[in-house]
Amino acid sequence: MVASLYGVDEEQKAVWVFLEQEGGKLTGVCLELLAKGRRLADQAGWQLGGLLLGRGVAELAQVAIAHGADEVILAEHPLLELFTVDGYSRVTFEVLMQYKPSVLLLGATPNSRDVAGRLAVRLRTGLNADCTDLRLDADTGLLISEVTGFGGGILALLESPDHRPQMSTVRPGVFPRGEPDRRRQGKVVRFPVELTDDVIHTRIAERIIGEERDLTQAEVLVIGGRGIEGHFDLMQDLADLIGGEVGSTRPPVDEGQVERERMVGQTGVVCRPKVAIVCGVSGAFHFVVGIQEADTVIAINSDPEAPIFEFADYCIVGDVFEVVPALVAALRPAPEVSEVSHG
Amino acid sequence: MAELHMVVCVKVVPKPEEIRVDPETRLLERAGARSEINPPDMNALEMALDLKDRYGGRVSLLSMGPPFFEPYLRVALAMGADHAYLLSDRDFAGADTLATTYTLAKGIQKIGQVDLILCGEESSDGATGQVPPGLAEWLDANQITLVNRLDVDVKRQLIRGRREIKGGYEVLEVRLPAVISVQTASNEPRFMDYRIKSQASMEDRVTVWAKDDLGAEDSHIGLVGSPTRVSGLAQASTHERRRQFLEGAPEDIVGQLASILHELS
Repeated sequence: MVASLYGVDEEQKAVWVFLEQEGGKLTGVCLELLAKGRRLADQAGWQLGGLLLGRGVAELAQVAIAHGADEVILAEHPLLELFTVDGYSRVTFEVLMQYKPSVLLLGATPNSRDVAGRLAVRLRTGLNADCTDLRLDADTGLLISEVTGFGGGILALLESPDHRPQMSTVRPGVFPRGEPDRRRQGKVVRFPVELTDDVIHTRIAERIIGEERDLTQAEVLVIGGRGIEGHFDLMQDLADLIGGEVGSTRPPVDEGQVERERMVGQTGVVCRPKVAIVCGVSGAFHFVVGIQEADTVIAINSDPEAPIFEFADYCIVGDVFEVVPALVAALRPAPEVSEVSHG
Repeated sequence: MAELHMVVCVKVVPKPEEIRVDPETRLLERAGARSEINPPDMNALEMALDLKDRYGGRVSLLSMGPPFFEPYLRVALAMGADHAYLLSDRDFAGADTLATTYTLAKGIQKIGQVDLILCGEESSDGATGQVPPGLAEWLDANQITLVNRLDVDVKRQLIRGRREIKGGYEVLEVRLPAVISVQTASNEPRFMDYRIKSQASMEDRVTVWAKDDLGAEDSHIGLVGSPTRVSGLAQASTHERRRQFLEGAPEDIVGQLASILHELS
């Protein structure tokens, strides 16, 4: 067996969250992990820590404290202004080797996954990706990570008994956010960063940030699958009327019909809307996990045998190209018959 | 550098659509499912073959798995790859990400003189996407993940990869050697050439290596080298739904649906 760089006997009894920030904000999944981490830490009587890297991001430490952190390690440096896997992995490694937390949670975002994959090898420890639930055994201090198996029907529970830190990544939307408490007190500890240009091997040649969509917070979702044949304008019409966002299954995203951020499911986001209207979707399990937290699911599909109906509250067997326009017409407020003033 | 040498990591997985869940036991029935090369790995292979078309060089395939993977590697050879390496040993079984990336890294070191390693975004069975950064770490190589377009400056030993980020994109530049993961469905994998296919099965273009060939340490491979343990299995509990079919003439159904939506919002 390969030993991790620090072991169980050296660990600090704490749950840590890697606080990814972008554009002066903590990512949504970090807030979700702080809420979950707080509950895990309370159950075990542990501390909840946050690790925040960047430049000019000190005020975000207070946001993390308001969301449940007891302590935030703040590592600021000009070379950390923009994310590079080299710079962020290096500093994170140094902080972890100094504080040796038992548990490290990261969002399953592209950048945090890059750091997680590098660090797990550098630290010689286990890494559980895309966990759907987390538990902390108060007696043994073991983190138990739930992941969905192939096809999704089976859950596996994973643990790393002898290696530290116990690392897991979680997709956005899996856990709900908590309400921030601005009066919460916490400690901010500055970590001295020494970084030089020569350790950053990545050059950012171009970077264009557009409008960000966060489907995890949408209250109403209209989701199109392969069966809508790329007619997302139809989905948008319905979404606009009921104040919702448009989502998609994987195939239309892969076909380039709709932006990747709108992808719902195991490889996209997990949503928890009040209502999800699912159109022309067959209902593969890797999609269904993305809507199982929805309060109500309405499915429209022409095939009465489609598996999606197993996962819906209201089932409509019909052609989406007839049902959706008719629904749009029914929901659209009748044009006001404006009485032309006779005066 | 004489020529660009690329290695594409490929995995053979059961076809997800052929895996059935037994309605009684809710256990997965994998036995009847046919296998295929992990579809995201086909995008990595296509990107490598396209780079070979543009810049020259050669493309090797690397896989870790049982001997039955070999015919699948031959299909990939028939698409235009030059050679395949299969890391096959009973002691590799049960590997988690740490042990898998260690073993693949050993394979790449044994192949030697590798400039660029291309991986699929994730595997359709494990879907962890953690192999590319882990591999880069073992090899002390640079990395760019989720690339959908790649250019190589062969003379300056640089690659430029474009990746999507929230609401936009970025172009990252790193020096070779490097590991990249290729965004799923970012290209159309080419068909295999049947003339090569018949050659490919004749010629000795698949090399199989066991742990001793790699000089892999027993403590680092397979189940023994894996920090992660499966402590339990459970059935996925899905939210119990009403499953109420709306009946009636189409306009009735739409009416019912409209009032349900009014009630809910």
